[in-house]
Amino acid sequence: MSTHAKEAQQDLEKAKARSKPLAAVSVLVIGLGFLVFALVLSISYGAAQIDFKTVWQAVFSFEPGLTEHQIIQEIRLPRALGAALVGSFLAVSGAIMQGMTRNALAEPSIMGVMDGAALAIAIMFAFAAHVSGFHLMVASFIGAGAGAAFVFAIGSLARGGLTPAKLALAGVTVGAFLSAISSGIAIHFDVAQDISFWFAGGLSGMNWTNIKLIVPVAMIGLLLALALSKSVTVLSLGEDVARGLGQRIFLVKTLGVVAVLLLTGAGVAVAGSIGFVGLVIPHITRGLVGVDYRYIIPCSAVLGALLLVLADLAARLVNAPYETPVGAMTALIGVPFFLYLARREGRGLS
Amino acid sequence: MKQALKKRPIAVLAILLLAIVVVFLVSLQTGAIRISPDAVAKTLFGYGSARDELVLFQFRLPRMVIALLVGAGLAVSGAILQSISQNELADPGILGINTGAGLAVVLFIFFVQGSLTGLGSANLLVMPLFALSGALLAAFLIYILAWKKGITPVRLVLVGIGLNAAFSALLIVIQLRMEPNDFMQATIWLTGNIWGTTWPHVWAVLPWIILLIPITLFKARTLNVLQIGTQSAVSLGVPIEKERRTLLVLAVSLAAVSVAVGGGISFLGLVAPHIARRLVGPKHQVLIPAAALMGALILLTADMIGRNILAPSEIPVGIVIAILGAPYFLYLLMKTR
Repeated sequence: MSTHAKEAQQDLEKAKARSKPLAAVSVLVIGLGFLVFALVLSISYGAAQIDFKTVWQAVFSFEPGLTEHQIIQEIRLPRALGAALVGSFLAVSGAIMQGMTRNALAEPSIMGVMDGAALAIAIMFAFAAHVSGFHLMVASFIGAGAGAAFVFAIGSLARGGLTPAKLALAGVTVGAFLSAISSGIAIHFDVAQDISFWFAGGLSGMNWTNIKLIVPVAMIGLLLALALSKSVTVLSLGEDVARGLGQRIFLVKTLGVVAVLLLTGAGVAVAGSIGFVGLVIPHITRGLVGVDYRYIIPCSAVLGALLLVLADLAARLVNAPYETPVGAMTALIGVPFFLYLARREGRGLS
Repeated sequence: MKQALKKRPIAVLAILLLAIVVVFLVSLQTGAIRISPDAVAKTLFGYGSARDELVLFQFRLPRMVIALLVGAGLAVSGAILQSISQNELADPGILGINTGAGLAVVLFIFFVQGSLTGLGSANLLVMPLFALSGALLAAFLIYILAWKKGITPVRLVLVGIGLNAAFSALLIVIQLRMEPNDFMQATIWLTGNIWGTTWPHVWAVLPWIILLIPITLFKARTLNVLQIGTQSAVSLGVPIEKERRTLLVLAVSLAAVSVAVGGGISFLGLVAPHIARRLVGPKHQVLIPAAALMGALILLTADMIGRNILAPSEIPVGIVIAILGAPYFLYLLMKTR
C-alpha cells in the first residue's frame, strides 16, 4: 500500500470516527415514531375533522358504506403517504447530490431538475392535453434528466471547477432559460394556470394510482442510494481520497446521478415543484449523525418524510379552507437556512 | 494611435444610435398589422388613413418608446451594479431586485386595483412607486443579509438567489388566489412584457429615466474609481461605503422604474453593459451612454422579434430576452474564474 493510499485510508477512518451510529439509530427510531404520529394527524385534520378512532377503524377495519372511511381511504391516506414518500425521495436525492459534489448548496430544486421537469410538463399540457399520469411522469423524468445534465455539464466545463457559487448560478440560469421556454409555451397555448396549479398543489391531487406509479421507480432509486452510500462517503472526502482508495469515481458518480434522477423525477412527477427539502434535511441529518452516508441516507429519508408530511399539514391548516401551496411552506423553512449557508459562501460541508 | 482610441467610443455611440433608428423604422412597419413604408411616412406626417394612425400612434409608438426607455434603464442599472460589486455577473434580475419589485406590483394588482377601477391612469402613476418600494426593500434586505464585516460579491449573489426564492414562493401564493384573467395578466407581466402600453405609461417612466441616467453619468468618475477596487478607492480618498450605497439606490431605482412598466425582464441588465464594455472600454463616461443605447437597441429588437415570430400571437419580450440572454450568461460563467 502506497503512502497516498494510506493517507486516504486514514482520512476515511477519521470520518468514520466522527460518525455516530448510536445517534443514527435513535434518529431512525424516534423519527419513525414522530412520522407515524404526523401521518395520523395529517389523516385526521382536513375539511372534515375525523377523530383518531375513526381513522384507526378506516385503516384496519374498512367499511365501504361509511363516507368518512371513504374519505380516509381514498383521499387522506394516499395524500399523507404520498407526502411522506416524496419527502424522503427529495431528501435522499439532496443528500447524494451534496455528498457527491461536496457542495453545500446542491439541491434538486435549484439544479435545473425541477425546471426541466416543468418544461416537459408544459409541453405535455400544450400538445397532449389529456395524457395519463403515467405519461406525465415519463415526461417529467426526461425533463428532469435533461435539466440536470445541462447544469452539471456547464458547471464542470466552467474554469476553476464546480464551486458552490458557480453551481448555484448555473442552476439558476439554466432554470431561468428553461422556464422562459415553459412560460412561452404556457402563454401561447393558454395553459399557464393549469401548469401553476399542477406544480404548486401537487400533493392535493395524490391518489393510489400515483403512488403505485412512483413506488417501484423510486424504490430502485432508494436501493441504489443505499447501495452507493459507502462510496458516497468516500467521495464526500474528496476525489483525491476516493482515488487513493481505488474507487471507480466515474461509475459511482454515474450511478449517483441515476439515483438522483429516479428519486427527483418520481417526486416532481406526482407532487410538482417542492424546494428546499433536499437542501435542509441532509444538513440537519449530517449535524445529528455525522458524515457516514450509510447513516445519513436512511435518516434523511425518515426526516424528509416527516418534514413534508408536517409541511403539507401546515399548508392545509394555515389558511383553511384554502390550501397554501406546500412548496411555499417548505420555502418558508428553507430560505432562512439557504441564507445562512449563503452567508458562509456555501462552505457548510464538514 | 491615441487619437484612434479617442475617436472610437464616439463612432460606437454613433453606430448604436443609427442601428436604433433603423430598427425603430423597421419595427414601425411590422406586427399583426403590416404597414408599408410609404404609409408609415404618410401617417407620421399626418396624411395616413385612420386605421394606420390608430395603430401607429396609439399602439405601436408608445410601446416602442417604452422599450427604449426600459432597455436603457435596465442596462444602466446593470452597469452600476457590476461596477460597485466588482462582479461581472451582477444583474438586477439575478439579485432578486426584479422579483421584489414584481411582488410589490402583484400585491398592488391583487389588493388595490380592483377597488380602484375607474382610476386607470392614476394607477399607472402609482405602480412605479410600488415597484420602487418593493425593489428598495429587496435591495435593503439583500444588503443587510449579505453584510458580515463588509460585502463580498459571492455572498451578495448567493443571498440574492435565496431571497429570490422567498419572493417567488410568496408570488405563487398570491397568484393562485387570483381570477384566471388577473392570473394570466400577472404571469405575462412577471415574464416581462411591454405590450398594451399607452402614452400615460410613457409619461410615468420618462421623467425618472431622464432624471436618473444623467445623475449616473455625473457619478461616472466615482464609478471608475470603485471599479478598480476597494483598496485604491480608499487611497484616492473616496468614502466607499457611502458612495456605494448612493449608487446602489440609483441602480435599484432605475431597475424598479423599468420593471414597473416592463415587468420582470432578466438578463438585459447583465448582457447590455457587457457588450458595451467590450466595445468602448471600462470608462464610465462613455460606458454608461453606450450601455443605455445597447440596452435600448436590444429591447427594441427583442420586442420586434416577440411580436412577429409567432404572429398573430405575441411572445412577451422577457421570454425572448431570457432565451437570448441566458446562453450568453452561461458563456460568461464558464469563462470567469
